[in-house]
This record gives sequence, structure tokens and C-alpha cells, in this order.
Amino acid sequence: MNKSEVCVSVRNVSKSFGKHQVLKGINLDIYEGEIFGLLGPSGAGKTTLVKELAGLDEPTEGENYLFQQRMPSLDLIRRIGYMAQSDALYEELSAKENLQFFAELYGLKGEKRMERISKVMELVQLSGDMTKLVSNYSGGMKRRLSLAIALLHEPELLILDEPTVGIDPVLRKSIWKAFTDLKAEGKTLIVTTHVMDEADKCDRLGLIRDGKLIAVGTPAELKKETNSSTIEEAFLVFGGEER
Amino acid sequence: MRVMALVKRILRQLVRDKRTIGLLIFAPILVLTMLYFVFNGEDYIPKIGLVDVPEMLADQINTEGAQVTFFETETKAKESLAAQELDGYLKIEGNTPAIVLEGSDPSVTGATMKWLQNALPKPPQAVDIPELEVTYLHGSSDMGQFDYFGPVLLGFFVFFFVFLIAGVSFLRERTTGTLERLLASPLRKWEIVAGYVIGFGLFTTIQSTIITAYAIYVLGMVMEGAFIYVLLIILILAMTALTLGILLSSFAHNELQMMQFIPIVVVPQVFFSGLFNLETIAEWLSWISYFTPLYYAAEALRDVMVRGAGFGDIMINLFILAGFCLLFIGMNIAVLRKYRKI
Repeated sequence: MNKSEVCVSVRNVSKSFGKHQVLKGINLDIYEGEIFGLLGPSGAGKTTLVKELAGLDEPTEGENYLFQQRMPSLDLIRRIGYMAQSDALYEELSAKENLQFFAELYGLKGEKRMERISKVMELVQLSGDMTKLVSNYSGGMKRRLSLAIALLHEPELLILDEPTVGIDPVLRKSIWKAFTDLKAEGKTLIVTTHVMDEADKCDRLGLIRDGKLIAVGTPAELKKETNSSTIEEAFLVFGGEER
Repeated sequence: MRVMALVKRILRQLVRDKRTIGLLIFAPILVLTMLYFVFNGEDYIPKIGLVDVPEMLADQINTEGAQVTFFETETKAKESLAAQELDGYLKIEGNTPAIVLEGSDPSVTGATMKWLQNALPKPPQAVDIPELEVTYLHGSSDMGQFDYFGPVLLGFFVFFFVFLIAGVSFLRERTTGTLERLLASPLRKWEIVAGYVIGFGLFTTIQSTIITAYAIYVLGMVMEGAFIYVLLIILILAMTALTLGILLSSFAHNELQMMQFIPIVVVPQVFFSGLFNLETIAEWLSWISYFTPLYYAAEALRDVMVRGAGFGDIMINLFILAGFCLLFIGMNIAVLRKYRKI
């Protein structure tokens, strides 16, 4: 893998909500053009970390750098596509109206906007449901529409919080195909997941438990280091559990 | 323009939500209409009993405007009174007339007393006093309760419904995660607040025009001043309600908690807005009125509608209302820092 440029740099980041410490001294570099998976059980601190990277939160200690600039910054936010864990969609509006709204927020106009909207909807295979109201969408469709919105403004960095929850295996496969296509275009992707088999598809993985980054490496490295045949086993070893 | 994208979206959502539009426009109209009929109803006709009144006196009593029944004994009249068939009865003890009243409803008691005072024959020694000449600086003898309360109620209903709808829709933006999504876009915090103010502002303009026009031209609420001033006051008041609603929605976790602000924030404003005479409120409490936006709006509305005031007279109140609005806008932007620092 070409480890040229550091895209995201998390430097000694800790985060506390009151007395509860959610992130504990995290150091992490993510390189341009890779799919980086954040793997860990729910409540481990994945969402808190990606929210900080998306500019929605700030660390109590330490700093986050994106493209060598310190977060949060409005200029950097423009270069990120963020997809939250919950589908942040306007249910009273149609899919197209949702897309139009978010496209306008990113300053996409006229023909360019139309072109991007049909492109991203094709990518998530929702072209036929463009004029449907979002309230009539199924859970999986909403998830895909959220992804489409995150891709609208052609961001260089995609931060996707549990992008494939509630999506069936066939579609999940096609969405991962889209991720690798985006990677081929030179985009960087950060994907959080707690599904172990998805972890294998990432270029590199960061294992998070109880707010600590317990291991970083390619899936193969992690498995080799722990003498495991699956990521799940590797995770247990790094977590200090008996196999 | 990013703000315009937000405005367009808010209006689109509102148009889709027919029930909410109905609530914003028809609910105030319905309530005002009901109040119109309640306040402008016919005068109450008291039901009065006469107990064993000498015929000579009975002839002199002017029975017009009341439903008069004759009783032979007081016991029967008392029974009738207890059964609420009578509002009061008149008896003669020796030479002095005495009145026994049912007395549970002050307005009925008042009407009964008023009738009795007029109906009883005047003592002959009263010299004819020339009738008092009455002139009005404002209003007229046919101005009813509705005309005096109307302007305040008009302001109140617009305030109430805009507060509720704006608060709930911003709350929904927060609970569905779309607010967070907006803040993950390059949208600035003031642009979010501005989008809401303009979006709902446009809608409120239409809403206020319809409601005000209905109150004045259909219900015939007294209107001495210019329509445009009334509209201006209501609009600024609606903006204040909107920004306050959005602000308070930040302190609610769900729709029910938003409703809980009604008895705390909205209802007390009614008492201090001049619906009831402020001079009779206990002095240690009356300062509250200076902190309620509705007070300034109600005063300005009454000045224009009842007293025919011009722009110069209501200007200060408009400035204070606009000040409230700006204060709430500033606080809203500050509260949004909770979600994104920049």
C-alpha cells in the first residue's frame, strides 16, 4: 500500500463527558486513499471519535488534524462527507428534495447538482425511488439515502458511522463495492463497524475497546500477530481475553 | 445561498404538513370566533321572585328585562332559589325591602342587583337631575368586552401557536439528528437561525394577515388605527415567539417536555399582558410584566386598534419587541455551540 500522505492524524486525544472518560489517549494516523475500519463493540467510543473528526465535537485533551490542519474548521468540514449513525433525513420530503437541500448547502447548483444527484442515487441503487417520500422508505433505503447524501459534494474524506446497519447482504456487498470504487478514485474512507466480517474488507483496522485503541494494522497483520484465523479472535486476544 | 436552501426546505415541510397549517391558521380563527360569541352574547336576564309584595308596589316595579315570578310565602321562594330556578327574590319586611340572592355566580349577582336598582320605584323626594352628558375620548358606548380584550387575545394566539410549532419543529430537527447533520455541513450557526427566522417569518406573515383580517373585518373587532401597524406588531411578536420557541426547545428532550413550557412561559404572559388590569396586580408581582414580550405587543395592539395610535406611539414597544427577538437569536446561536464550537 502506498503510505504517502497522512490524511487524518489523531494526536493523544482524550474525551470525557463529566466524570465518564470515553476516549483515552488515542494516537492514530490514517493515510490518504485507504479504507480504515474502526472496529469495536458498541459503547467503545467509535462514534465519539468519528464525531470529533467530523467537527461535531472537540477532544478534552489532544488534537485532531485533517489534511494537516487542526479540526474543527469550517474549511475542513467542506472536504468531509459525514454519515451519522442515525438517518438524519427529512421524512416529510421526498428523497430528491432531501438531496436538493443538502446539495444546496454545499453550494451545488444547476446542472452539476442534477448530475451529482442522479450519480449518487445510481450508486446506492435508489434511482427508481427518487420521488418517493422518505417516510415511505424502508430502513435499508434510508441508510442508503444517507450514504448518497454524504457522497453528494464529492468529499475527499468520507466518515461513515455504521454505514451498513440494516442492509441486506446483497446490497451490503454492492455498497462495499462502491467503497472500493471511491478508494480507487483516491478518496479516503473511515468506516466504523461492529460486524467482524466487514472488518476484513478494510485496508487497515483500528480496534477500540473501552475508549482505548488496542491495536492498529492490516487485517492480515492483526491475525498473524495473534495467531488467529479471524479478526474476532484477534480482537479477543488484543482485548486481553482468553481464547 | 445556503440560508435560502433552509428557507425553501422549511416552507416545503410546512406545506406538506396540512394539519400544522390548519392549527396555525384555523385554530386562532376558531378560538377568536368562540370568544366573540362568548363576550358579545346577549345580556343576561335575571330570574327574580317577588314575595308577598303589596299590589301597589308591584304595579310600580318595572318588570322589563327580567323574568319575574310572584310568590306568596318566602319558603316557596327559598326552595326555588335553592333549586337555582331563581337568582334572587325581593321581600318586604315591615316597610323596608330586602333582597335574598343565590350568589354563586358574581356576574349573575351583578346583573340581578343592577336590575333591581333600576326596577325599584325611585323615592318620590328625588329631584329630577338633568341627564349626564357622556363623551368618549376613545371607544364608544357600544364597545364591548370583546373589543377591549380582542387585541390582546389576537396577539396571544399568534404568539402561542407560533411558539409551539417553531419549538416543536426545531426540537424534531434535534431529535432526528438532522441538526447534527446540518452542523456537519459548512452551514454556519447563524445561518441555521436565520433560515428558521426567515422561513417561519414568511409563513407567519401570511398567517398573521389572515387572522388579523378575519378578526377585524369578519368579527368586527374595533379598529381605529391602520391595519398595517397591527400587522407589523403581530409580525414582530411572532418573530419573538419563534426565536423563544426555538431557544426553549433546546432545553426539552421531547415534544411533551416542550408542552411543559406552556404553563411556565406562555400562560403567565396572559396575566401580565394587560388582559386583566395591571394596576390591580399586587405591586411586588407587577414588575414581571416588563419581562413578557406579550405585554409590549398587547399594549401596542390596543393603542392602534382601540385608540387609533400611529407609528410614533407604538415605536418604543416595537423596538423593545425587536430587542427581545435579537436577544433570543443571540442566545440561540450561543446554545448551538453545544453541538459545534465553530
